[in-house]
Amino acid sequence: MASTSTGFIGRSVKPDKSSRFITGNGMYVSDIRLPNMLHAALLRSMHAHARIRAVDVKEALRLDGVVGVWTGREIEGRISPFPESFEIHPARWLEGVKPVLQGPRPTALAQEKVHYVGEPVAIVVAEDRPKAEDAIDAIVVEYEGLPVVVDPEESLQPRATLVHEGSNNNVVFSFRIEKGNVDGALGAAPYTLRERFRHHRYCAAPLEGRGVVAWVEPKTNILTVWSSTQMPHLVRRQIAAQLSLPEETVRVIAPDIGGGFGPKVFVYPEEILVPFLALQLGCPVKWIEDRTEHFISTAHGRDQLHDVECAFDEEGHILAFRDRFLLDNGAYNPMGLTDAYNTAAHLQGPYKVPALSISGTCVSTNKVPNAPYRGAGRPEAVFVMERCIDSIAARLRLDPAEVRRRNFVQPDEMPYHAGILYRDGEPIRYDSGNYPETLTRALEAAGYDELRRRQQELRQRGRYLGVGIGCYVEGTGVGSFEGARVRIDASGQLIIATGATGHGQGHETVFAQIAADLWGVTPDKVSLVEGDTASIPFGCGTFGSRSTVNVGSAIYGASARLKEKVVRLAAHILEANPDDLKLGDGKVFIRGLPQRALSFSELARAAVPGWASKLPEGLEPGLEATFYFVPPTVTWANAAHVAVIEVEIDTGIIKLLDYVVSHDAGKLINPLLVDGQIHGGVAQGIGAALYEEIAYDQNGQLLSGSFVNYLLPGAMEVPNIKTVHLESPSPLNPLGVKGLGEGGAIAPPAAIANALADALLPFTVRVNEIPLSPNRVTELVAGAH
Amino acid sequence: MAVSQNMTARHAIEIDVNGKQYEGLVEPRLSLADFLRDHLGLTGTHLGCEQGICGSCTILFNGETVRSCLLLAVQANGGVILTVEGLASKAKDGNLLHPLQQGFLETLGFQCGFCTPGFLMTLYEFLNENPSPSEDEIRERLSGNLCRCTGYQNIVAAVLWAAERLRKSSDR
Repeated sequence: MASTSTGFIGRSVKPDKSSRFITGNGMYVSDIRLPNMLHAALLRSMHAHARIRAVDVKEALRLDGVVGVWTGREIEGRISPFPESFEIHPARWLEGVKPVLQGPRPTALAQEKVHYVGEPVAIVVAEDRPKAEDAIDAIVVEYEGLPVVVDPEESLQPRATLVHEGSNNNVVFSFRIEKGNVDGALGAAPYTLRERFRHHRYCAAPLEGRGVVAWVEPKTNILTVWSSTQMPHLVRRQIAAQLSLPEETVRVIAPDIGGGFGPKVFVYPEEILVPFLALQLGCPVKWIEDRTEHFISTAHGRDQLHDVECAFDEEGHILAFRDRFLLDNGAYNPMGLTDAYNTAAHLQGPYKVPALSISGTCVSTNKVPNAPYRGAGRPEAVFVMERCIDSIAARLRLDPAEVRRRNFVQPDEMPYHAGILYRDGEPIRYDSGNYPETLTRALEAAGYDELRRRQQELRQRGRYLGVGIGCYVEGTGVGSFEGARVRIDASGQLIIATGATGHGQGHETVFAQIAADLWGVTPDKVSLVEGDTASIPFGCGTFGSRSTVNVGSAIYGASARLKEKVVRLAAHILEANPDDLKLGDGKVFIRGLPQRALSFSELARAAVPGWASKLPEGLEPGLEATFYFVPPTVTWANAAHVAVIEVEIDTGIIKLLDYVVSHDAGKLINPLLVDGQIHGGVAQGIGAALYEEIAYDQNGQLLSGSFVNYLLPGAMEVPNIKTVHLESPSPLNPLGVKGLGEGGAIAPPAAIANALADALLPFTVRVNEIPLSPNRVTELVAGAH
Repeated sequence: MAVSQNMTARHAIEIDVNGKQYEGLVEPRLSLADFLRDHLGLTGTHLGCEQGICGSCTILFNGETVRSCLLLAVQANGGVILTVEGLASKAKDGNLLHPLQQGFLETLGFQCGFCTPGFLMTLYEFLNENPSPSEDEIRERLSGNLCRCTGYQNIVAAVLWAAERLRKSSDR
């Protein structure tokens, strides 16, 4: 464990380091201005599926201020296609799961065919953005319409239209994982249930869309790219690969990012096109996505259809679980099996499932590509399992909390082997946690017993109160690695560089707290440099509830290395035994003789090459160390959510009365920031459960393409959220931490759907599909039997 | 499609922004938000949708909140504007931040910071009108601004914090 002598870990340190955001001094991609900068705009397909017969750009090129127009033809042979998305998976997982793979590789601009409304067809560069948009309007594309496939089940039919020519069918990948004898258990069980669940398509909708600025710095010839991305090192790698440049000549910077939540986790066409144009034109080029573009070009999420069979006994113990699910992938698959396999890996949740069979199939349709969004496959799995648990309870007339207690993995069974692989290729092993206690604390905070009493009372008066539980476990802190470079500068400041890059999580505060405790300084003596490939050679990025685990542990490792050097140098200058030295208060001193001390600033100024050097023989100049933390596998957080609703059965309107999150993410660094992450995640989950829906018509036209008809929850829709913290330290990293960025968003669809089913228990309805719009609710009530 | 000449003919405008007088020569189609951001370099005003829905671009125009993405720069000619960059100048007692800004720091009323300037400007107007708001009144006023990170709870807390601080300073 880390030394907590000064004790900043665990404290709600205020986000003073992020004060630029409240003064208007944040620096997002769209705020970047460079001399002679040109502006790009994209022509996007209006058709869901069509052959491009001809593109006429003559009129566009004639317009005042237009510098050039590039179509698929102009980039062919100059920008390589995107790499195979399955490359992101570790070999040992591919060997263990043996998925069937068939991956189309998109190009930066459409060649010959368009596959979804929004696919980039041409890019214009002009003196300013309005002129670029005028030119877009002046391009004439002749399309030959092709049959469109929007339904994932239709896409699977033998005679379905092929989204990608040359493929055998529309299946992008499929896999199956098994443990135990599912058929036997289903055949012999006293009870079974069979349900179909749909977790619809919705999207992350960060308030800042995507954006790219690219510039070749004249003196160094370095191609510098600012992008609103969660993954600067990946963007650099892909620009270098697709434009055939040495990686050293590309620098990618993620400046302030106005929200990420998943879809900014892979590389988009614009992140290749804009650097390409900056190289072609020899001046800076900027492209900023607008909201209309965002809905048709930035990845959507979820969109799964599950057919489930579950066997259970008289007491509600799960005996076997079978799930065959489909994931509607849209036209391209940028993230391999990430979401689908996360769903499979999290389906068992905190429960003991003796026999399990999961088969996942991912199909192409003529829609925007589907990629991770906060939770990335987990909310889908939790919706399925938690609805099943409540269905078991309803069938046996048991309390849903009691059915959960009977199936929970118990604390004395930790570490618990779940019997299948995680997507890092390691066997799933729940490392710590007390699932019954997490639920108990949630129920206490919600006033569960009192709610049940009130529910009965209100039902007598024709009012419908519902209480819904959503429990889950979450693999957090996934690899493959993250690094930290810790340096002490001449002023004595600790400077931490990492390849992770925050977008609102509070990294500046959290990592400073960790470093402050490790070094015995205050957090203001720690600075963070992140999101810049020039600051550290290797980096993964910020996604999957991983940064505190991976970066925190890397800071720990790098600090241990650097401390050794600092102590050796101090021992040499103070003529003391290294074992007698101690760190604290920004100094190194001799134990018991605090006046015999050297400040970090003095040590940094002694660790220089040349005349001022006080380095002993064999010690290199500079106070700096780098450490790359490679987690052995994920560490498992857990939580129980309780949603309390009242539903008006005449209007179908659901009012959220209360929401409780009892959460265990190991050792907490900053409870204020933790609560912030949970509140925001729950708000997104509420949006998913009740309001947000990406809807397409049968021609593949998007029907929900603005905030007018894609409804984000506002301040009136999100209740105050009560949080309860439990802390079961992880044994898998030196800080005992687990991830929690996604957690809040994972359970609300399940908890709110369970609350609705609970409220409508007298009607015997099946709440198997979200969002729970007023229409859907009134239909459920009307169709009740 | 040809762009009509009067779309690109430029018009001279004069605007007071944060107490400073600015002159500009602008196309009639230029939005006030783009004028503030691209011509004056005041990039604290953010564009989240450019359709008047998300509220990120909210500023004060002649003392009232407006969506700067829905107003043209030429319409703002002769007007007085306050943006987030000018908010701290409204602080009293030598404070470097307005109590609302301080409240956002105290309660973590922001995360990614993108929507924050719009919230601050909305709330600045609100607290001038209603110095002792209830939580319900705060939430109602916030309903015209979208935040994707915070779930609003800590923004509400920030407003309550700032309202109390403002009442205390005006009592003295």
